[in-house]
Amino acid sequence: MEQVLLSLLVWMPILGGFATLIVGNERALSAKWVALSLSVIVFILSLGLYTGFDNTTHLMQFVEKSSWISQFNINYHLGVDGISMPLIILTTFSTILVIIAGWEVIQNKPAHYMAAFLMMEGLIIGVFSALDAMLFYVFWEASLIPMLLIIGIWGGDNRIYASIKFFLYTFLGSVFMLVSLIYMYNIGGSFGIIDMHALSLTMTEQSWIFWAFFLAFAVKVPMFPVHTWLPDAHVQAPTGGSVILAAIMLKMGGYGFFRFSLPITPDASLNFSDIVIIISLIAIVYIGFVALVQRDMKKLIAYSSISHMGFVTLGLFALFLAVKNSYEGALLGLEGAMVQMISHGFISAAMFLVVGVLYDRLHSREISTYGGVINSMPRFTGFAVLFAMANAGLPATSGFVGEFMVILGAMQANFWISMLAATTLILGAAYTLWMVKRVFWGPIHNDAVKSLNDINSREFLILGVLALAVIAMGVYPQPVIEVMNSSIEHLLSQALTSKLAI
Amino acid sequence: MSNTAQNLFQFDTSTLVFALPEIFLLSSIVVILLIDVFLKKSFKNITYYLSQIAIFITALLSYSLIGNGEQIIFSGSFIHDDLAAIFKVAMMVASIVVLVYSRTYLNIHNLFKGEYFVLVLLAILGMMVMVSGYSLLTLYLGLEILSLSLYTLIAIARSRANAVEAGLKYFVLGAIASGLLLYGMSMIYGINGSLNISEIAQFASGASLQSSQQLILNFGLVFIVIGVAFKLGAVPFHNWVPDVYQGSPTSVTMFLSSVPKIAAVAMLIRLLIEGLGSLQDYWSDLFIALAILSIGVGSLVALMQSNIKRMLAYSTISHIGFILLGFATGTMTGYGSAVFYVFTYVLMSIAAFGVVILLNNKGFESELISDFKGLSKRSPWFALMMLIIMLSMAGIPPFIGFYSKFFILQQVVNSGFIELAIIAVIFAVISAYYYLQIIKSMYFDESDNTSPISSSMDTQLVLSINAVLILAVGLFPNYWMNIALSVF
Repeated sequence: MEQVLLSLLVWMPILGGFATLIVGNERALSAKWVALSLSVIVFILSLGLYTGFDNTTHLMQFVEKSSWISQFNINYHLGVDGISMPLIILTTFSTILVIIAGWEVIQNKPAHYMAAFLMMEGLIIGVFSALDAMLFYVFWEASLIPMLLIIGIWGGDNRIYASIKFFLYTFLGSVFMLVSLIYMYNIGGSFGIIDMHALSLTMTEQSWIFWAFFLAFAVKVPMFPVHTWLPDAHVQAPTGGSVILAAIMLKMGGYGFFRFSLPITPDASLNFSDIVIIISLIAIVYIGFVALVQRDMKKLIAYSSISHMGFVTLGLFALFLAVKNSYEGALLGLEGAMVQMISHGFISAAMFLVVGVLYDRLHSREISTYGGVINSMPRFTGFAVLFAMANAGLPATSGFVGEFMVILGAMQANFWISMLAATTLILGAAYTLWMVKRVFWGPIHNDAVKSLNDINSREFLILGVLALAVIAMGVYPQPVIEVMNSSIEHLLSQALTSKLAI
Repeated sequence: MSNTAQNLFQFDTSTLVFALPEIFLLSSIVVILLIDVFLKKSFKNITYYLSQIAIFITALLSYSLIGNGEQIIFSGSFIHDDLAAIFKVAMMVASIVVLVYSRTYLNIHNLFKGEYFVLVLLAILGMMVMVSGYSLLTLYLGLEILSLSLYTLIAIARSRANAVEAGLKYFVLGAIASGLLLYGMSMIYGINGSLNISEIAQFASGASLQSSQQLILNFGLVFIVIGVAFKLGAVPFHNWVPDVYQGSPTSVTMFLSSVPKIAAVAMLIRLLIEGLGSLQDYWSDLFIALAILSIGVGSLVALMQSNIKRMLAYSTISHIGFILLGFATGTMTGYGSAVFYVFTYVLMSIAAFGVVILLNNKGFESELISDFKGLSKRSPWFALMMLIIMLSMAGIPPFIGFYSKFFILQQVVNSGFIELAIIAVIFAVISAYYYLQIIKSMYFDESDNTSPISSSMDTQLVLSINAVLILAVGLFPNYWMNIALSVF
């Protein structure tokens, strides 16, 4: 079981997606049950990664390796460490939520909808577990296809523009990564990611490779100024699409920095860390202000996502400054970036589901449509306010942990960096709570709001589970940090070891 | 000269076995032509089946000859090697599939004539001669058999003005290109006194080459490259491609866009790699220019097309650019990657035109991208197939089109042309846009047309296998890559 666990996690959802397609839209209910039971089984299996995980080592675990394209020494090589394992579990967890969330809402081609999410789950797990760069690239690109279709088929009025923009943006970003991967293969003779970590590269080579990677991952994260596809994609995507996009797909970019940029191009990362820090701070502060003026709830959350993901890149690249003052500070920043990714996975998923609940009822994302929702939906408002607080970074929610760790880490780097980053606690509170005020509180000025039904048990279930996750991680983040500790320490040592001296 | 003459008289009939596929096909053509004359109109199906059987047996014969090493027969004018055998099998399989798809189309548009199949068979024979030609003369003869059959095939719908125009256009431009090719060949013959490829190779790599001889050789080379580039449809010799693709009946376009590319690549290998391999530095530079222009023009101009056949024509041009890029690297793996690319391109191109043909109805010629609107409702299965084909053409993994591009890029980077690789991938992203337009039409656009797709069982089956192969080969490309590498 251990030897094939990752393969199962990758291929079960993909084949399950085909099975769901075969069941078809005519037997929508059976298709939904197939999809749900598969996603639950995959989630339970993925917990095996956690229970069987040895968190004392940074080495890859659950490794599978066999030859795939022998002419170019490309292997089917899977494995996880403390960085990828939590992300895989986040993926399997989010997929269940998405499938339940789409249960009654999706009337158009429901079986295809479920199939697309299952396939995407498998492909994204493939991204997180691939240890061969080509295998990684194949999963990375292939995961665009289901998302393209999800936005394009089940999206809003402007879905065509949004889906094609999403696809071309991310495609353009990643082709340069392909060229640099090929370049490294031609030097080292291997597409193995671990082999690439050990590859000796000159400064010029590292700089080119760094920027090629940067383009690929920055588009995905997304970082300022290549973030413009995200608000469009989020606004047009169906709720499930937004959830997966925000909770998991953005993490693929962050994961790329962890897995490729820092270990493969440490010297270039050091060299360009100032630029990345500045871009991250612009994302955190400027995009925070942009979020403040949004009238569309989904757009607001999309901008808030960009701002929060700025913490991930800040924590990653502030390490080069922080380590001059304290090693712990650098480690804290890195771990904070990782925790922030997981936590943002929960919170952004929850926020988009909250908007989805409202959208399903009144088919409007405009903040001005609502007002006084608490009167008709008290239970729902309870959840919504909790998630809003978490989004604003309130202590005892998961949103606080990651951001606080990054701010502390950044403090070791430079006071002003951490100062600017900390403004997000104010800005985040401002735009989130202002939205809550306008949507949930105040007088009812729209008759439709009066007759809203409170959340049903299905919605209660998904929001409840997410609320538990957000609070649990906020109160006791130790388990998450423990599993990643060795891997992060190893990564830090890789990032701080110059390749030029070799 | 006396040596050749002697060989001619010492003709060994046992060597004929290596030309058995061609001999069989030629005899079949004669028989089928005769049978067809005596068939009543309602029995024309027999011609179709006989043609299919003839191609199938030819494929089997070619297949059985794989692994016999290099055999040069007919006084050094005909070669049998694995390259020839494998290319022939590939061409036969592609032709069978093309004919399966064509049948529905021909029936709908009243083009179901015996001559059609005989001409296709003749074209195939010409291509086989091209693949096996080992002297300038046989190569040229093969090319002309192919071209003459194609001119006629394009104009076979003689009541359609644009078909006749396309046929004439192809004829005029094709004749000029043949002329240029012949001119180049005559220079090379003139300087070394032999038509034989291996003797040309020996001469061209000779150390005692005078600079004036070198100059004439290079001149000949340029004309040969132009001739090959025209047949492949590389920019700037591409002007005929969109018009001919659009004007021809779709079944002919499908044939034209697929099988002859294999033959043209074979001719390229014979002439430039086996014959003038020592001049690789010169023709690589020419190829790089052709390749980048083709990829660029193919990607950019396709963006503005609303006619699916024109769009696929420009897409072909950009694919040809990638193939030329593979040859330009000058490495064995690069050549192998280019051959792999041709095979995969043919697989995708046939499938794409197959779906276009599916959209044809009685009296309705499907030509526009907007005809794909609502296909996901009319036939979810074939919409999925087209989705796979388009994504594969755009070079998105895990479909086969990605690996062929990847293998080429790998060799391009390996040869130190990183900037070429970057230009190529940027255009690959641009070209993704128009493939996405088809997907958009099929899946995202609303359409009132809900009439189900009707077509014969064999078309549906073959098309499904064809598209699924694009995915399946993509999951396990190493086996196919081995075949492509084994021809060198």
